Amino acid sequence: MLAYIIRRLLTTIPVLVVVGLFTFFLLRLTPGDPAAVIAGNEATHEEYLEIRERLGLDAPLYVQLGKWAGRIVQGDFGTSIRSGKPVFDLVRGRIGPSVSLTIATELVAVLVAIPLGVLAAWKANSLIDRSVMVFAAVGFSVPIFWLGFIMIWVFGLWAFGLDNPILPVAGYVKIGDDLWEYVRHLILPAFSLGLVVIALIARMTRASVLEVLKEDYVRTARAKGIAEPAILIRHALRNASLPILTVVGLSLAGLLSGAVVTESVFAIPGLGRLAVEAIATRDYPIIQAMIILIGGFYVFINLAVDILYAFLDPRIRY
Amino acid sequence: MTTQQSDALTLGRPRTEGALKVVSGFISRKPLGAAGALIIIIMVVMAVVGPLSTDWDPLEWTLADKLEGPSGEHWLGTDDKGRDLWSRMMSGARISLMVGFLSVAFGSGSGGVIGVVSGWYGGKVDNAIQRLMDALMSIPTLILAMAITAALGTNLLNIIIAIGIVQVPRANRVVRSQVLAVKESQYVDAARSIGAVNVRIMGQHIAPQCVAPWLIIATSALGIAILTEASLSFIGLGVPQPEPSWGGMLAGPGRTDFVRNPWMAIWPGLALSLAVYGFNLFGDAIRDVLDPRLRGT
Repeated sequence: MLAYIIRRLLTTIPVLVVVGLFTFFLLRLTPGDPAAVIAGNEATHEEYLEIRERLGLDAPLYVQLGKWAGRIVQGDFGTSIRSGKPVFDLVRGRIGPSVSLTIATELVAVLVAIPLGVLAAWKANSLIDRSVMVFAAVGFSVPIFWLGFIMIWVFGLWAFGLDNPILPVAGYVKIGDDLWEYVRHLILPAFSLGLVVIALIARMTRASVLEVLKEDYVRTARAKGIAEPAILIRHALRNASLPILTVVGLSLAGLLSGAVVTESVFAIPGLGRLAVEAIATRDYPIIQAMIILIGGFYVFINLAVDILYAFLDPRIRY
Repeated sequence: MTTQQSDALTLGRPRTEGALKVVSGFISRKPLGAAGALIIIIMVVMAVVGPLSTDWDPLEWTLADKLEGPSGEHWLGTDDKGRDLWSRMMSGARISLMVGFLSVAFGSGSGGVIGVVSGWYGGKVDNAIQRLMDALMSIPTLILAMAITAALGTNLLNIIIAIGIVQVPRANRVVRSQVLAVKESQYVDAARSIGAVNVRIMGQHIAPQCVAPWLIIATSALGIAILTEASLSFIGLGVPQPEPSWGGMLAGPGRTDFVRNPWMAIWPGLALSLAVYGFNLFGDAIRDVLDPRLRGT
């Protein structure tokens, strides 16, 4: 087991290296010149050259890459070109809202989707099943930001009047400041970001539970007279958990992507907003840090899912 | 099982069975898929002839008429600049469809080609390509597309390139796994033994076997591509204003003024949802027909 974990850990290295190289070259070979942006229209050529030198943009590309990679490995993502603050600090300040949103969304999704999926598989081809599947198909199709609008409109404005919305439609409150407000501010964003995840997990749950329900041991359990709920949970859901776990893991990483849009709709000061701002101002170090962080997070989630497999399913031995 | 196989055969060899028969067979066996196809056809019609159906210019401001609801004059109402929503919706359909089809042709297409090459040559080439794909896959779709458009600049071509590149790894992976299976077959050995060169074997013998799994991936990529374009436009990295795109219509004023005139947000959102829904329904049906093993997943 330990040997497997180590081997699996080693396979992540090339992926992370390629992500790093990709990030570096993608943003270095771009037409926009950050030194020119900072210098502005008024600057003389000398001032422009000085800014270039200060940012290290005058060195050959491979020198820049070497220096950059060395710093990244030490956890130093450089300083923001625009604000001059360390990228690490800027990113750290934005992690809280994004992580809260991600966890709240995943929680909502799992709590809604797994019962729906099991129900649909149990009553396969019934009206319930078809409704769940149609709901899932809709979930895949509706743009997250539009769903956000609808939620703002319905819950925030229309139903209860502009002055007294039943749920806050924008902003973020720190968990330490006011727990109740913290939760209230996350409800609408979590549901609007969660619909597509609900669809994804419900579909996968249905498919894998359906598969397991055909097994002999389920028939045996039924023949023994075990109650249906116990069969569904203990026999079916448990044996169907591996593919479900995979989707939950992958959706967790994908949520960071959806968070960009959701944070924008609900004015949440998270990583997604930071990424949008950084891209708009061509703030290379921040963009690079974001891609590396998110790529790294994704690789880590995959790793965690693979390792969890071995714990959940004793048949898997590496 | 026999009907499922004949499904696959009818779609796989339309020339011998007659195109009309294939279409009617598809409608009766896959009514939902046919509904999806109908939505796609309506969208294509909107994109092609829609802009001709009205005299309103999608870009022209008429501030006197701003924020109106649907009426005889402005069929879908007007936005905050008094621009006609119907004509903007029709032009938006053009952008969505163009980005959808071209990005899939470019991205999933080149992903498939890379998959064939990677699977066929194997060894170091395969290893290098697959590590690159792993890395591309480890960056979420929208973030990657954002980074690429940020790097290249926002215009329609770059958006198509960005949304295309995002699709490369998935298409590559699916096609490659098919190649690995086909590679071992006897007719490939036979082709090699009569001295066929690599390019000929890949093009003539392997690629045709990869069309079905590729189509499944490509149709599912269409809906995602349209949504990604909309998201990019929404956060301001998409089709530059004032060019109308459905995502862009929901950004900026669409966000703040939808309280005063909800129609501004209702139409583009509804159109996006329906379009993506249509592509998904059609894609699911194609998948069921081409690969019955995956049914219902």
